[in-house]
Amino acid sequence: MTTATATISPDICYHCGEDCLSESVAFDDKAFCCSGCKSVYQILDESGLCSYYDLEANPGINLKNTRHRARFDYLEDEEVIDRISDFRNQNKLSLTLYVPNIHCTSCVWLLENLQKLDSGVLQSGVNFLKKELSLLIDTEKTTLRDVVEQLVTIGYEPEIRLEKLDSKTEKSHRNRSLWLKMGVAGFAFGNIMLFSFPDYLDTTGTGLGDNFHIFFGALNIILALPVLVYSSSNYLKSAFAALSQGGVNLDVPISIGIVALFFRSVYEIITMTGTGYMDSFTGLIFFLLIGKLVQQKTFHRLSFDRDYRSYLPIAVNVIDKNGDEKSVSLDKLMPGKEIHLRNQELVPCDATLLSEKAYMDYSFITGESEPVSVTMGERIFAGGRLIGTSALLKTKEKVTNSYLTKLWNHEAFTNNDKELKLTTFADKISPYFTVAVLGIAFFTGLYWLQTAGMEPALSVFTAVLIIACPCALALSTPFTLGSTLNIFSLNGLFVKNHLLIENLSKATSIVFDKTGTLTNADAAEVHFHGNDLKEAQKSWVRSACRNSIHPLSRKITNYLSTVITSNSVKKGSKSHGNLPSMTTGLHQGDRVVEYQPNSISTLVTPRDDRPVISSFDEIPGKGIFAVIAGNHVVLGSRQFLSEQSELDITEIPITEFSGSTIHLIINGNYKGFFGIRSGMRDGISDLLQAIKEKFSTYLLSGDNEGQKDEFTNCFGANGSLLFNQKPEEKLEFITSLQKNNEHVVMVGDGLNDAGALRKSDFGIALSDDVSSFSPACDAILEGNSLHKLKEFMGFSKASMKIIIASFVLSLLYNTIGLGFAITGHLSPLVAAILMPLSSISVMIFTSLTTRYVARKRGLAIWR
Amino acid sequence: MEVIYMLIGFSLLIALIFLGLFFWAVKSGQFDDQYTPSMRVLFDSKKSSSEKSNNNQKHRDE
Repeated sequence: MTTATATISPDICYHCGEDCLSESVAFDDKAFCCSGCKSVYQILDESGLCSYYDLEANPGINLKNTRHRARFDYLEDEEVIDRISDFRNQNKLSLTLYVPNIHCTSCVWLLENLQKLDSGVLQSGVNFLKKELSLLIDTEKTTLRDVVEQLVTIGYEPEIRLEKLDSKTEKSHRNRSLWLKMGVAGFAFGNIMLFSFPDYLDTTGTGLGDNFHIFFGALNIILALPVLVYSSSNYLKSAFAALSQGGVNLDVPISIGIVALFFRSVYEIITMTGTGYMDSFTGLIFFLLIGKLVQQKTFHRLSFDRDYRSYLPIAVNVIDKNGDEKSVSLDKLMPGKEIHLRNQELVPCDATLLSEKAYMDYSFITGESEPVSVTMGERIFAGGRLIGTSALLKTKEKVTNSYLTKLWNHEAFTNNDKELKLTTFADKISPYFTVAVLGIAFFTGLYWLQTAGMEPALSVFTAVLIIACPCALALSTPFTLGSTLNIFSLNGLFVKNHLLIENLSKATSIVFDKTGTLTNADAAEVHFHGNDLKEAQKSWVRSACRNSIHPLSRKITNYLSTVITSNSVKKGSKSHGNLPSMTTGLHQGDRVVEYQPNSISTLVTPRDDRPVISSFDEIPGKGIFAVIAGNHVVLGSRQFLSEQSELDITEIPITEFSGSTIHLIINGNYKGFFGIRSGMRDGISDLLQAIKEKFSTYLLSGDNEGQKDEFTNCFGANGSLLFNQKPEEKLEFITSLQKNNEHVVMVGDGLNDAGALRKSDFGIALSDDVSSFSPACDAILEGNSLHKLKEFMGFSKASMKIIIASFVLSLLYNTIGLGFAITGHLSPLVAAILMPLSSISVMIFTSLTTRYVARKRGLAIWR
Repeated sequence: MEVIYMLIGFSLLIALIFLGLFFWAVKSGQFDDQYTPSMRVLFDSKKSSSEKSNNNQKHRDE
């Protein structure tokens, strides 16, 4: 084995595929971007798990960006283990972990070969779509904590959230019974079809002996019985429930058809008057269940009903009397404890700050785009994210009593009746449909009774009920909305429930949140206004800012780093073919590193191109003063600059820039200022311009009015912009719109939008990473697909039209069938052809038209 | 023609066996996750770790 040496190389990391720009670690003839990646390779190499690298190129997870390693002390707590495990006895433990880092074939392979790394793991299986790892552990050989820590070392940190404590993972066995029901129906359908065939071919009625009739008839009844009792039970139950509540849903006419079909067939077979309609009956149920299965297709990996418990981590580090850190699960966290939070960690409950100073990012809770600075003794609210150096806090409330939790438990936030009110178009017309069918059946029956007698009258009566069974009608909604849902998800919009698409199609006004929705905190726009800076001056400023933990300094550092590095990258010739996609990832990676408190020390250490800082001073909240290579650099507010330099305050211009400004003085000369504002997402202004004609658009922001001017043009005359809105006010605003009979679509991202998202007719939570936390909503939209919103709404309208068109189509079949039934010509053969034909043609019609419409609107199709 | 009774009996028996297999497959969870198994197809089972690292070396050299 070769020893590790640090070299400068332009390679990409063998483990994770990141650019090894600053320094790379060579090991075993391979380059790694950091020692973390190298050690993972070492572990895998020793265990003979290097197939990991053969399945996909550079599959690993970059460990440079790991914020800090979470502590898993709480996994030794017996009670916690009991509460998160699915099953447990003396020496076996099975549990399911959510591992957000699962992203490729190699991940699946490695995690399923976990027993090679830890012999205590008996079984491991991955569900790729859900990003779940199910483990069976031998607790005599290893502990849960060891296994989880091993996972963390190789880069697959499981996410264990508070909600997991309270609810056992609900195993999704619901679909299984549907599969079984469909299997039974399909089995009976195929076999009965086979047994009925001789009868259909036997047109003269001579070929088959009576014994065969009895034999096939008996077999048909035996095969159809489980279909009636088991497979169609859901329809019968639902129809019965609806009727007993005095309502009528689509299952009522279906159930009438099912019952009529079965009992008429039994009657015909027993009295030997005919062969019955058992093939149509089983086929009908089979197709209906296929429709159900399509309808049940949900997005497993997404959770739409999350509350604060899935936002907060499962445990925090508490400092005990001896000064030792110990992690304690949140539900045991008492007021008055000292907790230690690190960069990017969440505050679990209301607390006061014990450290001197900290920056809190409340953007998720309140919508404020800039982090807030907190000084010792001030109150910190739960849900804030710590940015910069780590801090000590003293807890004030229990987790269940803090501001964040109260917000969630606010009465208005928990209205859940939206989904109960959802009905399909099919359900709405089913009362009329049922009445019409029963009416036709009675009148034709009455007519036949008077002209031909009891027997034919009864047969016509049942024939009408059979053929009018709205099977195709019942299929049109799930198939249309199923493929609409599929196309939406291909384009980055994940809708919770297919019924909600109707709400989207009815929308009349659209409300947007600002921070994180229209703007993107990560894409902060930084511009320097003033005299052009020389390269050397830029690097002085960058070095000065790098030493500050203020969020604005970080943004300037990032901005200057991209300016400086992009120049140097241009100079050095790159020979990698796959670089274009890499470079963007590189900057993102850089940024996260910059936030790391411990990276400051490493960055300050001078490298060849980095100027030496001889003195540095920061007045928190005001500005910084630094001497770099003998040059005086002062950055900060106007006030600060005039105090720190000989310049009079009048010499520093008052800016008309909307956003934050930071003025710069180098060696006593005023150079200009940095203007910083959070950047708008791509294509937003085009989107807003396009939709403001058709819909009333509103901006509802928890932030200040800093960016008002930018947005005024984008919103229509019949809309408005509201700033400084509290979560409750957002909710009330939606309610007031709804009182004016508006159908409201709300687009938001943070917890401060949660109530509004819930209340609106269609709440869309925007998320840059769909598997990360988003508040309760009706749909999750990928951040970079927001510009397609207009197409989504147009397409949802088109889907509703397709449903109506397919209704017309299926009613056409029903009318043709009724023609046969009323005249008394509905033979089993006609039913056996007509019923599957109508179902299949409705399925084909809906899926082809949705695809056609989607393509016409420029949405991606096909899967 | 009476042989038909027997033939149908056998065909039903076989069909029932397949239905039973389907039940077993559903109950053992094979229909719960329909995506991940398609990825597992790509995994080769290799014999020993030493051979493996040699193979890897070769692949990378190529």
